[in-house]
Amino acid sequence: MYAAIVFLPLIAAILAGFGGRVLGDRGAQFVTTVAVFIAAILSWVSFIGIASGGAGQTVELLRWIDVGSLDVSWALRIDSLSATMLIVVTTVSACVHLYSIGYMSEDPAKPRFMAYLSLFTFFMLMLVTADNLVQMFFGWEGVGLASYLLIGFWYKKPSANAAAIKAFVVNRVGDFGYALGIFGIFMLFDSVSFDAIFRAAPGVKDATFVFLGMEVHALTCICLLLFVGAMGKSAQLGLHTWLPDAMEGPTPVSALIHAATMVTAGVFMVCRMSPLFEFAPTALTVVTIVGASTAFFAATVGLTQTDIKRVIAYSTCSQLGYMFFAVGVSAYGAAMFHLMTHAFFKALLFLGAGSVIHAMHHEQDMRKMGGLAKHIKITYALMWIGTLALVGIPPFAGFFSKDIVLESAYAVGTQAGYYAFILGSIAAFMTAFYSGRLTFMTFHGKPRWGADEHAAHGHDDHAHNDHHGHGHAHTPHESPLVMLVPLFVLALGAVVSGWLGYNIFVGEGREHFWGEALSTASGKDTLELAHHVPLWVKLLPLVMGVSGLGLSWLFYVKSPHLPGQVATSFRGLYQFSLNKWFFDELYDLIFVRPALWLGRVLWKRGDGTIIDGFGPNGVAWVTVFLSRRASAVQSGFLYHYAFAMLIGLVALVSWYLFSRNG
Amino acid sequence: MTGLPLLSLVTFLPLAGVVLVFLLRGDEARVATQSRWIALLTSLFVFVLSLLLWVNFDTSNPGFQFVEKLNWLPGTGVSYHAGIDGISLFFVLLSTLLTPICILSSWEAVEKRVKEYMIAFLVLETLMVGMFAALDLITFYIFFEGVLIPMFIIIGVWGGQRRVYAAFKLFLYTLSGSVLMLVAILVMYWDAGTSDIVSLLQHSFPVGMQTWLWLAFFASFAVKVPMWPVHTWLPDAHVEAPTAGSVILAGVLLKMGGYGFLRFSIPMFPQATEFFQPLIFVLSAIAVVYTSLVALAQEDMKKLIAYSSVAHMGFVTIGLFALNQQGIQGAVFQMLSHGIVSGALFLCVGVVYDRLHTREISRYGGLAENMPRYALVFLFFTFATIGLPGTSGFVGEFTVLVGAYMASTWVAFFASTGLILGAAYSLWLYRRVVFGKLEKADLKLMPDLSAREIATFAPLVILALWMGVYPASFMDPMAGSIELLVKNYKAALAAVEPISLTGTLLAWVQ
Repeated sequence: MYAAIVFLPLIAAILAGFGGRVLGDRGAQFVTTVAVFIAAILSWVSFIGIASGGAGQTVELLRWIDVGSLDVSWALRIDSLSATMLIVVTTVSACVHLYSIGYMSEDPAKPRFMAYLSLFTFFMLMLVTADNLVQMFFGWEGVGLASYLLIGFWYKKPSANAAAIKAFVVNRVGDFGYALGIFGIFMLFDSVSFDAIFRAAPGVKDATFVFLGMEVHALTCICLLLFVGAMGKSAQLGLHTWLPDAMEGPTPVSALIHAATMVTAGVFMVCRMSPLFEFAPTALTVVTIVGASTAFFAATVGLTQTDIKRVIAYSTCSQLGYMFFAVGVSAYGAAMFHLMTHAFFKALLFLGAGSVIHAMHHEQDMRKMGGLAKHIKITYALMWIGTLALVGIPPFAGFFSKDIVLESAYAVGTQAGYYAFILGSIAAFMTAFYSGRLTFMTFHGKPRWGADEHAAHGHDDHAHNDHHGHGHAHTPHESPLVMLVPLFVLALGAVVSGWLGYNIFVGEGREHFWGEALSTASGKDTLELAHHVPLWVKLLPLVMGVSGLGLSWLFYVKSPHLPGQVATSFRGLYQFSLNKWFFDELYDLIFVRPALWLGRVLWKRGDGTIIDGFGPNGVAWVTVFLSRRASAVQSGFLYHYAFAMLIGLVALVSWYLFSRNG
Repeated sequence: MTGLPLLSLVTFLPLAGVVLVFLLRGDEARVATQSRWIALLTSLFVFVLSLLLWVNFDTSNPGFQFVEKLNWLPGTGVSYHAGIDGISLFFVLLSTLLTPICILSSWEAVEKRVKEYMIAFLVLETLMVGMFAALDLITFYIFFEGVLIPMFIIIGVWGGQRRVYAAFKLFLYTLSGSVLMLVAILVMYWDAGTSDIVSLLQHSFPVGMQTWLWLAFFASFAVKVPMWPVHTWLPDAHVEAPTAGSVILAGVLLKMGGYGFLRFSIPMFPQATEFFQPLIFVLSAIAVVYTSLVALAQEDMKKLIAYSSVAHMGFVTIGLFALNQQGIQGAVFQMLSHGIVSGALFLCVGVVYDRLHTREISRYGGLAENMPRYALVFLFFTFATIGLPGTSGFVGEFTVLVGAYMASTWVAFFASTGLILGAAYSLWLYRRVVFGKLEKADLKLMPDLSAREIATFAPLVILALWMGVYPASFMDPMAGSIELLVKNYKAALAAVEPISLTGTLLAWVQ
């Protein structure tokens, strides 16, 4: 069964990718969607089995890399952690597959798109079911590949191509850390499989090794390196720049990869490695601080973006920050809980935004929307569910998970914990504000999409632009049922997953559910403490959420002139936020340009002037000079070589004669 | 095993094809067709024969197998002595695999002097296989040097505009290395009294002498690999060589250097190897970073891939001199993987070069539109060269880096930056050639891969995947021989005092 969950999407991807011509568009959509739906059903079966007390297991598939003591196999590890990820991944993926049938209905390359989606699902499932670090790396890089292909799906757009490369290369920076972490683990444990590592971890908790000439605490060093990998994949501060650009991909891709699943892989990985992180308190502190800073940073940027998808992208980045600081305070259950609820409501928001974009004929700028509520009522209602869940209003899912995350940060009682609590609470306010802003700007107020806009998008344009909308309808239209059904499913998740999951993820049932999968080796039970925080701590996130929503209502419904005034009076801050803290400009200046410049200099000066100048060309010049002097024989270069061989032969023969005589 | 002298058959059978092609007479066009077919069938037959080597290879025996010995120069101890162990087995197979692929890829691309071209490739095959199978220092040297003659001719006759300059550069570099190696070989013969490699592996050379011998071999092998800073011949040679020449150059010739280190430098001069390990590490780490940066700046497709080859071979030398099981086995695997993947990348360049006759990156763009099959194949090999897990490139790189990390975290650190830069230049190349809008009129006319081209790529795709998903088929046969090598190396080090710098200087003074 487990093998079927993982490999059905792969088989479907191969069928749709290579048999697209035979199967046709419908066939490719059918094969991939059905395969992922079956995988989703099987995942729920196994999740329920494990949640109701069933034992996890490991399925060995094949030997992989076996060199000396390095012994890596292909194997599927099923426990409560991977079972949770299985349902998240397959459910969202199934919804996205179905949704794509409608969303991509005008794209000429449907089989390719569906094949990529299924391929991504396969890699993601390999990632979450890995039983060793190298196989996880396989899934890790594989989802990177799928992400690259899907961001650049519309390969004629230069911006999409650039975003795809950026996503892959920035992720590689993270992978660089991850790979070094794996090497460190192998050196320390002589193994890369989880069981062996976790068993041996307590025994090496004080071990040190030499890394780059420094004697360091081994587990701290390893955990920090692994965390660099997690930062890349989960778009944490510093390595986050690829995520907003990744919105160049089709919207279903943003929902699946860049909101619900792939970007949470970093959180999952740190949770999976919790038995090591528990022995590396310094690393956990770093995780907390980075997570909290990201939550804050991304929320500030989200306040001013005008592209509907970018707002949600920064929101994702910010929410991932919450998950990380939950991990950092050892509340792994809370992190996984928020991961799950977030997957549902964020996928809902993205697909809802996709529905808006679909209705607006591929317009993504919120300044050109407004007043859509009465045209697309169902989407409007669903977007509200997503928004309330994200803001954390009871009884929606985000309320439960965000609360427990912030409570854990407060309860742990460390300075980093308080830092995370304060920034997280401020970010919660900002989250509510930009979420409200998004909804109000899109659906309320006067329509800012006029007749002139349609004139600009003439019919002739569309004929040439196969991925831009169609331009038949002149008023926004509700999406077809095939797109709405997935939204209903996700909305259901966004409503119920919070209170349904509370008990087993973070409540009384947590120890029984997680079992060995999450470590509590440090003896610090943050989640227990989190249940006993003062009342004001419990209420604060809700207060933040409600007041944030209220302020956005004031700004974008009650008195719409206010945002402009605020922007003008805080011009510097506004620009800073609008330009995303100038990270892209900074990186371009300190990494991209110097690398290209250095490449040219090393090529022209290093290889050209220095090495060739003093090496072969210099020698050649001398040789030519001498040979002109020495002989008037017309010599081809072939002759030169033959001459050299002759010398060799003479040497051989003379040595032969010499040794026979001697 | 079988009564047949299998290894010699694999080595010399291509010469039978040479004779057949040589005897062809008559109408030029007919001779061309016939020589293509003869060359293809011969090399395919040789490939199938060489598969028997793999099938019959005894994985549990770390020593030399399929051994054949003939007295060649009686009384001197010089003989025709051939055999393969787990290390050379796959290099032989790589040579016999790439030869038919090269011949197939030149089917239409080479139009002038087809007969001579096919002769050159078949001779090249014999020389390559002979070199990897040689168990006598003198025969090794003859094959090692001999390989250059057909290569030199292939570049010089069927090459591009600046073929003369490129061939000249190749000649200068390799000659300077080879002369030193020849001297070293003579010295070794005098010291050990034999040129037999199996006996030489048992012989321990005086520590003071090892340093010099090591350096002399290093001069030759470093050029071949090529290591920084003696790599500048490679981009020029690749650019000027015909496609098939590039495939053999990247696929097999570069591996001769790595193989040489493994067969001679490390086992025969262990003390010197230990002494020079930091030198190799520094040069290799520079190679990885330096050439990756240079690759970023390239405007010529072949040059870019050539520079990436230097970076990848930097991984190989790091792995070899990590001197542990993972490092060396990873390095050998990486060489095989690189042989397949970079060979395939050069074929990818060849496909578009045959159609448009330019290698300039900016002339292309948007090929995904009218050449989807090509786009897919190119994508696959781009990610294989980046080292995506599941392809052969990952297994090699990863294993090398595991070994390197245990030898020195600094080296692993700098080499790992190659992961980032490698992704950057490869994807940037792919984006400029395949993605974007299809705007140029002449590009729109380019047809997708033909059946013949698919046939040349198919075996390479299958192999790169096979090696990536189930590398055990390749790792298992080589494990024993490499284990023995590492064990002997460690034992040799334990037996003798390590070389100290002052000691060497003193020996110099005296």
